[in-house]
Amino acid sequence: MAYTAQDFKKGQPRWCPGCGDHFFLASLHKAMAEIGIDPWNTAVISGIGCSSRLPHYMATYGMNTIHGRAAAIATGAKVVNPSLEVWQVSGDGDGLAIGGNHFIHANRRNINLNMILLNNRIYGLTKGQYSPTSPRGFVSKSSPYGTVEDPFRPAELCFGARGHFFARAVATDAQGTVAILKAAQQHKGAAVCEILQNCVIFNDGTHESVYSKEGRAKNAIYVEHGKPLIFGENREYGLMQEGFGLKVVKIGENGVTEKDILVHDAHCQDNTLQLKLALMGNGDGFPVALGVIRDVDAPTYDDSVTAQIEDVSSKKKYHNFAELLETNDIWEVK
Amino acid sequence: MAETLEVKELAEVAVRFSGDSGDGMQLAGNIFSTVSATVGNSISTFPDYPADIRAPQGSLTGVSGFQVHIGAEMVYTPGDKCDVLVAMNAAALKTQYKYAKPNATIIIDTDSFGAADLKKAAFQTEDYLGEMGIDPDRVIACPITQMVKDCLADSGMDVKAMLKCRNMFALGLVCWLFDRDLDIAFNFLREKFAKKPGVADANIKVIQAGYDYGHNTHSSAQNVYRIETKHKVPGRYMDITGNKATAYGFIAAAEKAGLKLYLGSYPITPATDVLHELSKHKSLGVTTVQCEDEIAGCASAVGASFAGALAVTSTSGPGICLKSEAINLAVIMELPIVVLDVQRGGPATGLPTKSEQTDLLQALFGRNGESPMPVIAATSPTDCFDAAYNACKMALEHMTPVILMTDAYVANGSGAFKLPDLADYPAINPPYVPEEMKGTWTPYMRNGNGVRYWAVPGREGFQHILGGLEKDNKTGAISTDPENHNLMTHLRQEKIDKIQVPDLEVLGDKDDAELLIVGFGGTYGHLHAAMDEMRAQGKKVALAHFKYINPLPKNTAEVLGKYKKVVVAEQNMGQLASWLRMKVDNFTPYKFNQVKGQPFVVNELVDAFTAIINK
Repeated sequence: MAYTAQDFKKGQPRWCPGCGDHFFLASLHKAMAEIGIDPWNTAVISGIGCSSRLPHYMATYGMNTIHGRAAAIATGAKVVNPSLEVWQVSGDGDGLAIGGNHFIHANRRNINLNMILLNNRIYGLTKGQYSPTSPRGFVSKSSPYGTVEDPFRPAELCFGARGHFFARAVATDAQGTVAILKAAQQHKGAAVCEILQNCVIFNDGTHESVYSKEGRAKNAIYVEHGKPLIFGENREYGLMQEGFGLKVVKIGENGVTEKDILVHDAHCQDNTLQLKLALMGNGDGFPVALGVIRDVDAPTYDDSVTAQIEDVSSKKKYHNFAELLETNDIWEVK
Repeated sequence: MAETLEVKELAEVAVRFSGDSGDGMQLAGNIFSTVSATVGNSISTFPDYPADIRAPQGSLTGVSGFQVHIGAEMVYTPGDKCDVLVAMNAAALKTQYKYAKPNATIIIDTDSFGAADLKKAAFQTEDYLGEMGIDPDRVIACPITQMVKDCLADSGMDVKAMLKCRNMFALGLVCWLFDRDLDIAFNFLREKFAKKPGVADANIKVIQAGYDYGHNTHSSAQNVYRIETKHKVPGRYMDITGNKATAYGFIAAAEKAGLKLYLGSYPITPATDVLHELSKHKSLGVTTVQCEDEIAGCASAVGASFAGALAVTSTSGPGICLKSEAINLAVIMELPIVVLDVQRGGPATGLPTKSEQTDLLQALFGRNGESPMPVIAATSPTDCFDAAYNACKMALEHMTPVILMTDAYVANGSGAFKLPDLADYPAINPPYVPEEMKGTWTPYMRNGNGVRYWAVPGREGFQHILGGLEKDNKTGAISTDPENHNLMTHLRQEKIDKIQVPDLEVLGDKDDAELLIVGFGGTYGHLHAAMDEMRAQGKKVALAHFKYINPLPKNTAEVLGKYKKVVVAEQNMGQLASWLRMKVDNFTPYKFNQVKGQPFVVNELVDAFTAIINK
């Protein structure tokens, strides 16, 4: 059946004007319509936080649960009901601080969830404390003299937990966001989408360098499987391998041609270069990588659970409770 | 050695098999209880494992015990102390003798009482019987190890394999002492070792040798015993532990409700066997996930419930602490889950392998906000089946989380379980939203029992969003309206209050008891045995034992108000008494509280209750 974004919309979002959540929500509606799975066969499950309000604006099934537990709750829903398309939505606090354990284990198990991480590097709902993705030295209400701790880099955490899919988009970039959401849905297994989004109230400008189309043209690289890693306003720059790392080169300078540019391989089992792409930052002179950075096939948890049940069922001789009883040592009193 | 052998009729007997963890005491005990149950005796067993996983052989900390209580009529507990103690080595005698009655028969393997064995068991001299003040006339001292080796000399087995049969020699001797039919034991072994007939044959040979040894020597026993059941309940039976019965109850309920069974769990003593048991039964479609933590165990169950499964999470007290927020999510979302709490000693890590009833108030109140939910407590190993079944039925039909409480004693103990026929069990009918409500339905519309309807994802036209935030009763949207919150709080409370539970039953002298004993959950057997003992002494005593704790049976106040003296006996500091005092006006019971991590001792109960009567 053909759907439009309207079929997935519900209610009037109550986020602050200009909040990145508005942009993301519109992209999610659009992506779901393009994916075409029925709203009644779709569930959106979130934790707590500004972004976790999102299920209330979906015409699907859904739950806006408790802080940090969205991935665990989504895991239970998916494993008993594999035909349900499950989207798990969390912010950086919900997903990586209080829910960090569930985030890594969902990735390790490779349960077939679309895991959205809305990263604004701040706690908004509690009015402005630093988050586990806030940079060292970040000044907030709970760190008036700057934080003295390093942030998580979500891709690193995902890869460290043996994640098989990682993609990134900027909330204001509808096209880029829709593209990675569709890729995440296509991917079988845990699929992490990091959405870079602004908090206009407590952390305005946190992703400023890539938040506008112009900024992205200058400071971001759209990675695409099988395509050379070229970027820049005039596609004049590229990425090459150098030693154990990457380097930015200008095409046409020092004898570098397009053929010398590294070609992106999202399907490569070895995540070394994918991680290097994911960790690139403007501060280090690199562009921010957007798009599907890693997308590798692997057995999913829910498929494996189902397969094991089928396999054991075909081998065991008992298939109901009465038959189960008969597998015991039984005696008869006459 | 006694000259003549008398055959004595006994009403009941307790036998304790003890030895090294690897000596197969549980198998010997299981066979003895099965043999006894087959002739119609009532049975109750309890294992006593060492705390160490792999204690050194022959050491005091490595002793494991298995007590079997058999009776001509109903037995309710594994027995306070044993009539026969089997001690396979010096350490077992040293640690287990305290569980023997003063006139108990002691069976020992003299081959395991050498100088090194005695040293490991911290005996000071070679006169180990004298050191412990044991009358040698009560001891059947037999070189079991040597006799087993001799018996199996021609079997071609190596010595290590032979020694694994020592437990069967002791069993043979016990079977002789209690005039048991060996054929039943033989059949048991043939079935157990169906794939290893050689092992079965060796075990059978050794049992026979033990039996013959007793018969030929008349050992040191003055009598052999008969325990004959006069009122048999015919039927087919199996031996079952509380944890296994709980798992079976979940499976049965899922089948009856036509739902997939989901267990989200994290290993924790003494609840882990439920995870083990359910993990085996994939051919019944059971899905178990060993989660990353206790929180995920419960949270994933909430997710599974939302997606349409019968969802369960299993744990012990420390896990309940961690799950409480997710349990509360099920309370406010009004989704069915069953939370199993196999209680152990607390607080914190406490006594992980021991038994208490100290989580009751946590189950009732251990969550933020007004958070009413049903609490059910199983009363015996076999009752765990019904309790688990009923917990699932209640959760599914009333769209609520339910806490099912057992304890380490009930979970690890076992009894004879009459095979249930699911056709005899009540139907389970979750309140699925009727198709004709499409278009008008909202998530918090309720049926006549005040229960909201269940719309499982996949049904067109019933999409909805649940959540941990308060919702508007009519629209289901987030609401902070004061009147609405007040209303929803009342509706959630009323839903639980409306659940029908069976009336509280009064046993014993219900019309004229001088004392009413009140308890809940796993102490049923000991309280019942104490009542029986007191009535046998001519006292008028009754017992009212709670299985349904929230909501309480409708006749609770009537029962508690009927007797001049009431004692609430529990393995905590008075938690049930506090709950009853909240719910029943002017209820001022006597209290008997023990928090030792051990089951009650019937004689101590009798003394304490008699003192209350005499006050």
